[in-house]
Amino acid sequence: MDLNYSQEESAFRDEIRGWLKANLPQDLRDKMANHQELSRDDLLRWHKILAKKGWVAPAWPKEWGGTGWNVVQRYIFEEECGYAGTPPIVSFSMHMCGPVLLRFGTEAQKKKFLPRMYNGEDFWCQGYSEPGSGSDLASLKTKAERQGDHYIVNGQKIWTTLGHYGDWIFCLVRTDATLSKRQEGISFLLIDMKTPGITVRPLVLMDQYREVNEVFFDNVKVPAENLVYEEGKGWTVAKYLLGHERMNTGRIGASKRELAKLKDFAAKQPGDDGQPLIEDARFRDRLTRLEVELMALEITNLRFLDQMRRSGQPPGADVSMLKIKGTEIQQGLTELSMQAVGPLAQPFRPVANDPDFDQFTAGLAPRYCNFRKTTIYAGSNEIQRNIISKMTLGL
Amino acid sequence: MNFDYNEEQQLLADSVRRFLAKDYAFEARKKIVASKEGWSAGIWAQLAEMGLTGLPFSPDHGGFGGGAVDLMGVMEAAGDALLVEPYLPTLMGGLLVARAGSVAQKKAILPALVEGKLKLAFAHTEKGARYNLAKVEATAKKAAAGWEITGDKRVVLGAPAADKLVVSAKTEKGLSLFVVDSKDTKIKPYVTLDEQRAGDVVLKGAKGELLGAEGGALPAIEEVVDFATALVCAEAVGAMKFACDTTLEYLKTRKQFGVPIGTFQALQHRMVDMYIAHEQARSMACLACSKVDANADAKERARAVSAAKIKISDNARLISQESVQLHGGMGMTEELKVSHTFRRLTVIAQQFGDADHHLARFAELDRA
Repeated sequence: MDLNYSQEESAFRDEIRGWLKANLPQDLRDKMANHQELSRDDLLRWHKILAKKGWVAPAWPKEWGGTGWNVVQRYIFEEECGYAGTPPIVSFSMHMCGPVLLRFGTEAQKKKFLPRMYNGEDFWCQGYSEPGSGSDLASLKTKAERQGDHYIVNGQKIWTTLGHYGDWIFCLVRTDATLSKRQEGISFLLIDMKTPGITVRPLVLMDQYREVNEVFFDNVKVPAENLVYEEGKGWTVAKYLLGHERMNTGRIGASKRELAKLKDFAAKQPGDDGQPLIEDARFRDRLTRLEVELMALEITNLRFLDQMRRSGQPPGADVSMLKIKGTEIQQGLTELSMQAVGPLAQPFRPVANDPDFDQFTAGLAPRYCNFRKTTIYAGSNEIQRNIISKMTLGL
Repeated sequence: MNFDYNEEQQLLADSVRRFLAKDYAFEARKKIVASKEGWSAGIWAQLAEMGLTGLPFSPDHGGFGGGAVDLMGVMEAAGDALLVEPYLPTLMGGLLVARAGSVAQKKAILPALVEGKLKLAFAHTEKGARYNLAKVEATAKKAAAGWEITGDKRVVLGAPAADKLVVSAKTEKGLSLFVVDSKDTKIKPYVTLDEQRAGDVVLKGAKGELLGAEGGALPAIEEVVDFATALVCAEAVGAMKFACDTTLEYLKTRKQFGVPIGTFQALQHRMVDMYIAHEQARSMACLACSKVDANADAKERARAVSAAKIKISDNARLISQESVQLHGGMGMTEELKVSHTFRRLTVIAQQFGDADHHLARFAELDRA
């Protein structure tokens, strides 16, 4: 057993770290550090910088722009991006719809969509959940009826992240409501959001940012060529995609960065007795427990990667534990940050560059609220536990 | 032994609850929160009309001479309705005057406060002081007439609405209290996480009137903060009750996989833990309010209040987080009241000291 990175892997990390340091624009770095809202342009600007370097789609096949990195290198890259505080890569295209098209798309679909995704020309969104279909996704009702060489789509999607930035949305729709097995009547459809009949309405969350939306479809005409895979096989596509989605939820690099910031703050912030808060045994124990949780998550993640690298197989249902532990740690960090700041954490929306608020405190209260979403989204942690219970443990 | 409210207390709690249910429903509250001032003069007048601003003050000044237990039902109703009017800061300012002030000062302030014509705030917390009540850097110097106060006070709840501030500052003799006109200070107002209004207060040689003995303010501050902490515990119980009730309702009505999600045992047990957390919090709020009323010695009072606050802080966190989680995405939205209750409970968990602060205080008192 050897838990160390190889010399080559360490050199690879240094290369990534050095390049990110030199190429992440200062304004984006600041916005991320201050937890400010990122515009569509901010996200796509960073996407294009990575695309130009050839690093925007590491996991894609080389012919479509992939880097040819193995899973450990890909992990190192993601961790370094998180630690450097780069804007997130638009997951809906690069980690979700892209891999789906690569696996299930026709040549024509690949040629039409993949280069535009790669170059950041289109902003993609996900149309899965509906008001009555959250955890029970297979009960979805948005209907797509075939009429000649088009589908006519009617219904509603909800929790569409950054739907207001969207050019395209990939949707699960019901093409056959007569089948007794609900999963069998579902299809995977790509929809141009400029098509008449689509309305995007914001759903304001308790942090008061606009992040998620409702998307309404009223007789929306979609060319049949935008069907991915076969009609009625959308569930197969969705299951493949959810596996991909869960691979990116540990957020270890970003949590390491937040932990480092919290430690730094606690070393300067006086506790009740006037000594630095980090000297307070109660506080330090809480901080240490979080750090140990993060270490355990990191090593578990590396075990999965090692297994994947050698077997060539994804780790299966157990990847759910990365999502569960990763999100609990992210929430634990915002909670302990609130505790560290103490009474001064109460102002709700301090301006980031207000001299009365240090960078650590600015925007903390809204972020604490916002991070409650992490145990709900991308398959709630309850659903993740169901997955392990059923698939791994056979209960 | 009797844990029930007496008839008067029950009548008052019921009438406040009825009034808030009628005039302070969630939609009406939304408008108040979004208004420029962030509180309603009309609601304030009605609170005064119902006698709430006079509840803990002496009949000599038009009040009712009540204690924390008399206020419990009122605070529970306030927690349920998420009242944002500066009720608690006004009571705290008034109680400091009542506890430390001269006859003339009481006469000048309390009757107007009781009538709802005067609002106060307690400007105490400073940067770096955390929850340590004794740590004050602001200074007061004797001037030709009265005192001049200089210092920075942070997150002063109710400051933007306050007519007068009770300000803590150090003199040569030690920690002292002063009454200062708000207009003699510079207040930077903002909205807090729980949608109340607070402000940072800058005093630059602001004119102040000494309240109580010079250098002897700490016992009064500790007593009034303990009283307020007990009230906040009662308020938390009201907010927790709402969060539990509305989550239970959601578990019974939200269907997934063809059945109400409340039929899943994994969620049932979490709902039960929320229910237990609320009951435990209620017990501890009863303890805290009774002890601050009992004229027990300061140590016994502080011990009970800290014990209650440890439990309230932990349980506020559990109930607020679980109520959002069990609502799923909807619990995250501005449009559901539960997300606003989440925000109030998050602040309550820290208000007047988080669980760690009170753990340390309790342990220290036990050793002393």
